[in-house]
Order: sequence, then C-alpha cells, then structure tokens
Amino acid sequence: MGPKTAGLLAFFDERFKIGALLKLAGKKTVPEHRHAFWYFFGGIALFLTVLQIATGILLLLYYVPTVDAAHESIVFIMSQVKFGWLIRSVHSWTANILIGVLFVHMFSTFFLKAYRRPRELTWVSGFLLFVLFLALGFSGYLLPWSELSFFATRVGTNIAGGFPVIGPALKQFILGGPTIGQSTLTRFFWLHVAVLPLAALALIGIHVLLVQILGMSRPVSLADRPARDIPFFPDFIYKDVLGWTLILILIGILCVFLPWEIGRKADPFASTPVGIKPEWYFTFMFSTLKIIPSHVLSIEGETLAILGFFAGGLLWLLVPFLDRRAAREKPSPSFTVIGIILSLYIAVMTVLTYTVPRL
Amino acid sequence: MTRRSVLNVFLGGSLAATAAAFLYPVLRYLWPQGQQEAVQTKVVAAKTGELAPNSFKIFRFGDSPGILIDSPEGTLLAFTAVCTHLSCTVRYDSDSGTIYCPCHNGRFDLSGRVISGPPPAPLEEYVVESVGGDIVVSKKG
Repeated sequence: MGPKTAGLLAFFDERFKIGALLKLAGKKTVPEHRHAFWYFFGGIALFLTVLQIATGILLLLYYVPTVDAAHESIVFIMSQVKFGWLIRSVHSWTANILIGVLFVHMFSTFFLKAYRRPRELTWVSGFLLFVLFLALGFSGYLLPWSELSFFATRVGTNIAGGFPVIGPALKQFILGGPTIGQSTLTRFFWLHVAVLPLAALALIGIHVLLVQILGMSRPVSLADRPARDIPFFPDFIYKDVLGWTLILILIGILCVFLPWEIGRKADPFASTPVGIKPEWYFTFMFSTLKIIPSHVLSIEGETLAILGFFAGGLLWLLVPFLDRRAAREKPSPSFTVIGIILSLYIAVMTVLTYTVPRL
Repeated sequence: MTRRSVLNVFLGGSLAATAAAFLYPVLRYLWPQGQQEAVQTKVVAAKTGELAPNSFKIFRFGDSPGILIDSPEGTLLAFTAVCTHLSCTVRYDSDSGTIYCPCHNGRFDLSGRVISGPPPAPLEEYVVESVGGDIVVSKKG
C-alpha cells in the first residue's frame, strides 16, 4: 500500500472509525452445525432485495403508470430500450425467486424453532416482511396492465373486499374507486415504488438489527452437543457471497433463456381468459377458493376461506408466543407437525393448480 | 390526583390532539376522491344478427361488463358478466351450453342459476329487446 492510499485510509478511519468497526466485526461469530446451511437464506433474501431496488429504480426511467400507456411502456422497455428486456426480466424473475427464498427462510426458521425466546420479535418482523413482500408482488403484478394481472387484481381485491365489516371500505381504498381503473393503477404504483419499499426497508433494518444483537439461534436438538462457532467476517460472509453469486448466475440464465413475458394488454370489458391463475405464491389460496363450497353451514364459502387465511396468518405470526415448550428450550413436536401439514398443504395445492386446472 | 399526573394528562392529550391534527388531513387525502360508479339502466349491446348462434359477446354496461348470449335455441339472453364469487368476467361455454367463470370454475345455467362451483348467488339477468337494428339490454324493474 502506497503512502497516499494509506493516508487516504487513515483520513477516513479517523472520521468513520473503520478500524473499530472491523474489530467489532472480527469478534462476531456464527454457530456452525449440520443445519447451519439454512442461515444463508436470510442473506440471499437481503441480496435479492438490493437487486430488486436497483432494477426497480432503472425501470422507473421508462415505465409510465397510466392505463393508456403502461402496457405500451413495458413493450417499449422489452423491445426498444437497450438491455431493457434484461432489466425487466431480472426484476420479474428476482421477485419470484425472492418470494421462494422467503418461504424457505421462514419455514426453516420455523422448523429450527429459531423464533423461541428471546427472538420472538425477529420472527414477528420477519413475518411482517414476508407479508410486505407478498404485497409488493401483488402491487407490482398489475403495473404492466396485462390481461392476467388485471383479473388477478380483480380477484385479489375482491378477496380483501370479502373480509367482514371492513372489507368493502378496504377494497374501495385499495382500488381508489368502485372499479379497477386509472386510480387503481396510480395507487398500486404509489404502493409499489414508495410506500411498501420504505416500510420494507424500515422493517429490514429492525430485523437485521435484531439478528445482530441477538445472534443466530442454535437449534434445540443440538443443545447436548458441543457448540462450535465460525467467525462472521470473513468465513460466513465468504459463504454468503458464494450463495449470492450462485443465485445471480441462476437469474442470469433464466433471463437469457426465458425472458419475462409481456402478456396481452388488459381489456376490462373482455371475458376472463380460460386457465387464468395468479402468481405461483398465491395459487394455494386460489385453489382453496376453487374447492370450497359456495356455502358452509349458511356461511359463504368465500368469507369462510378469507377468515381462515386471516386466522391462520395471525396464528403463524404469534407462533413464538404460543410454542411454550420451545420457549423453555424443549422440543415441541406438535408445532413441527403443524409446520409439516401447512407446508404440505401449500405444496400440494400449488402443484394441483398447475396439474389439475379444472380442480 | 397529583399535580404531576394532571400535567401528564394535559401533555399526553396535547400530543394526541397534535397527532390527530396531522393524521386526519392525511387520511382524508388518502381516501378515494368521490368517484361514483357510472349508473346506466339501458345499453345497446349489439347489432341484430351480429352474434352467430350458440355464441356470446361481452358488452359494456355502465362500468361493468355484461354478457349477451345467442342460445342454441336461438334466444337472446343477457346477464351481468361479473361472477358473484370474486368478480371475474364470465364467458359462455358453447360446448356445455352454460356460463362459465374461469377463475374458480363457477358454472351457471342459461337462467343465471349456479350449477356448480363456489359462486354464492345467481347472475343478474337483464331484459333483451330488439329495437330497430339494435339489440338493447336493460335492467329488470
């Protein structure tokens, strides 16, 4: 290192205390065990979020959030803008992969009971982040103003509208009017590029801060084995970066060989196309709504399903406070069974959506 | 009640009132601005002879879609095209002679009644008239 570089480093070190920060990072350790692989999904989710923000900012340069021009602007990005197809494909593929990674991250946290005391709020902030990312996916899906996204939004907002008491007002607030139109597109755009990302960034800050303060959890099942730790910096970070690189290569391959489709422009006065389905991460709810009878004990099936999803989500959020055995560092097989049933239900319903379209 | 607790109540109340004074305009601003659904009771849905037998057409009825069907028997029928389940736009399935909602596989007969699937209520049927060269659809009653 030359004297000029050393001088520059010393200048910044004096002001930002970089040396002290590196010293602190050097002290941080991460548990190393046979389940440690699952730790990496949190880092991958963070990396993909950064990728989404970067590509989203780039897309803002050409996207036009109006009913008349939104679809045309997507066609322009995909066909005229240099590498526009790549930026949009990265954004769309990453959105889907990110939700998949969040599913894995959340369920691995659940099965390893990493939510147990004192990490209850890490779980709560993580679950709220998951909901925010689903909302980001839902709001972003309408923006190209395509046929599929139009009807997916209509179904999605009607699900919100079916919620007892507050449903109609909630639906009107989301739509910005009585039907899906310019007001809806404007609101979804506002949510997708401003409100939800800011809320997500704030929650990510809290979530990551909690992980840093409390460290990573060691599974209950390994309590009787000797603890082994590895340094966070550089050992864990190197592995993290390897994971990010692999996922980036996967996204690159997907974008080159399967660029994201544009779809047909939405026509609010056309029949819903046959075989319509939402994005894959909503299909388990979509198929549930298909199979539920119109009435169950005089309650509308749709209302019952919506209440069921809400109650399920609420219970899932409160898991750390319900699993009293895990809080006492004891195995809680009943919660493991619940997790297995839930993940199987989601997997089976998702597969059925694609394999049995006339379910 | 101590002097301290009285002060706390006043201070807390002032803070709450200040927060409300800021929040109320923001919430009113966020609420959709008085857009009403276009009310229409009658519309020209098609031209006479436009529909082939056993086919259908989606037409605009106010802010919502309607469906005009030329049944296998040659009768013109019209309904709201908004499925009573989750508001997808229905279509006519000429193979089975039923009205079908592709979103959640709801199926209605040509009277609008639910045959199968999750829709909780029948489709609203409209009155169809032939006026001059136009097929006019209007709401009942």
